[in-house]
Amino acid sequence: MGIMAEAEPPRSAAARVAAPEIGANGGEFSRLAVAKFVYTWLPVGVVLLFVLVAWYVAAWVLNAPGAIERVLDAEVGYTWQELFMATMGMERPLIPAPHQVLLDLFESLTGWPLDSPRNLLFHVAVTGQSTLIGFAMGTVLGLVLSVLIVHSRTLDKALLPWIVASQTVPVLAIAPIVLVLLGSLGFSGVAPKAVIAMYLCFFPVTVAMVQGLRSPQTIETEMMHTYAASRWQALWLLRLPAALPFLFPALRVGVAAGLVGAMVAELPTGAQAGLGAKLLTGSYYGQTVQIWSALVMSALLGLTLTGAVAAVQRLVLRHRGGL
Amino acid sequence: MQTDGSNPFWCGHDPIQPVSMNHSEANSPSPSAASRKAVEVRNASVVYQTADTPVHALSDIDLDIHEGEFVSLIGPSGCGKTTLMRVIADLEPISAGQVLVNGVSPHDARLARAYGYVFQAPALFPWRNVLANVTLPLQIQGTGRAQAKAIALEQLERVGLKGFEGKYPWQLSGGMQQRVSIARALSFEPKILMMDEPFGALDEITRDRLNEQLQQLWQRERRTVVFVTHSIAEAVYLSTKIVIMSPRPGRIVKVIASPLPDARHLGLRDTPEFMALAHEVREALADGHHG
Repeated sequence: MGIMAEAEPPRSAAARVAAPEIGANGGEFSRLAVAKFVYTWLPVGVVLLFVLVAWYVAAWVLNAPGAIERVLDAEVGYTWQELFMATMGMERPLIPAPHQVLLDLFESLTGWPLDSPRNLLFHVAVTGQSTLIGFAMGTVLGLVLSVLIVHSRTLDKALLPWIVASQTVPVLAIAPIVLVLLGSLGFSGVAPKAVIAMYLCFFPVTVAMVQGLRSPQTIETEMMHTYAASRWQALWLLRLPAALPFLFPALRVGVAAGLVGAMVAELPTGAQAGLGAKLLTGSYYGQTVQIWSALVMSALLGLTLTGAVAAVQRLVLRHRGGL
Repeated sequence: MQTDGSNPFWCGHDPIQPVSMNHSEANSPSPSAASRKAVEVRNASVVYQTADTPVHALSDIDLDIHEGEFVSLIGPSGCGKTTLMRVIADLEPISAGQVLVNGVSPHDARLARAYGYVFQAPALFPWRNVLANVTLPLQIQGTGRAQAKAIALEQLERVGLKGFEGKYPWQLSGGMQQRVSIARALSFEPKILMMDEPFGALDEITRDRLNEQLQQLWQRERRTVVFVTHSIAEAVYLSTKIVIMSPRPGRIVKVIASPLPDARHLGLRDTPEFMALAHEVREALADGHHG
């Protein structure tokens, strides 16, 4: 996703330049569009195909012992076709086949109202909410920290080592402590999950923004100096806009990390809702198909969130030709 | 585009402006005391401390620049021509001596927005379109939005970029970008315009055209210009006063007041007067090099 978004501006610029010449010849244009489509999606499609085939093979091989033991009657005997069919439709397979997961997803999304815990979108909303709140808090925290670090040598020396060190502590170790602490202060539900999401979000934002805010070259800084611009003006008019191309890749990393944080935070609480909770209950009861459905949904949620950030990036940076 | 702003001005130029007369006075070989000093440099030195020995970037510089003069600083790399201008612009501190800009220290002059500075590179902000780049200094100074826009449009017209205000920097050629940066430097009507090899990165054809436009701009407004270059032709064509500098230590070798008429065109470069002056500059550069 990220790679595609990065490759976008030069390609669209090339298309704009080429457009007048192509306009005269419609056939040429549609052939070009097809070529572009193939160029973009063929490699993705090939990989997807390989993954699907590997998945089916893995499901077949890994589910076979279970199928032989539980589904097929060894005394009567069975053909290999029967064995294959059995591995594809087990109730609690080791690895569910792709179509089983898709079917489960479809049932969950269409068979239940949105406020039912059996509908995965309900859990997506719960996890997405804490992810987004944590992401917003982490972004603000990262921005504030980076501005402080860039403007004060003392804070640079004092804060940066701690910020880096904070990320060496595993989030799984931090999560229960945060939950207990905030719980004793009366915060439960969204707040502790958002805090843990923030803990993972702020770091990439801080690091990228420190780099971005320092990215203006001497000549640009000196130019602001000759205009007798104040520090605030230099920050607002030069440093912040110059840092935006650094910020957005960090936001994409940050929102994905925030999702991980929010889901991890749902594990130790025995939470009733959320994709993390859904994964946990699925594993309690050996509902492998449900685990995989939840997994697919969290992947889709992650893709949607990073895609949304990439869309905002394209909108905000649309005028910067070279970037 | 090259003719934008050049021809109309050329025909419409009125040679009997009071400012222009004032200037031709200042331009005579011995500048009259009536003309005020825009820049005064007295015994100024800049010394960098390096690991082994101190480097004398500038040594005992004395220089007067009068209002309305077009002064070129020329010399080989390392002669301190850029350093001298940076000192005047308060981008570099002096180690000894005194520098006055409009009668006050460079620091106060900078805070009073006494000068516009054009760098070697255009340094346009890629996230701002041409108009917003030109209004940047006005925005910093708190000029109203509508007024800033009107001023910027006028400045863009003066550098021949009417109609380009909505473009983004990457959509412009190098020469156009540098003209935007000149319009930006002039947007707040500074008394002094400082230019650090502004056309150094451009091809010769573009450079000639911009030199011509810059000359016309100066003719029209008679703003004090300090111009750093390493091109003899550029210095001779543009300047009313040429300051020749030499390296190790950075010092002024010679100051030549140009005998050329104020109104100039590119054809002037083939005249004997022009060539004689260019020869004098070249000799002085060579002397400084051997001396």
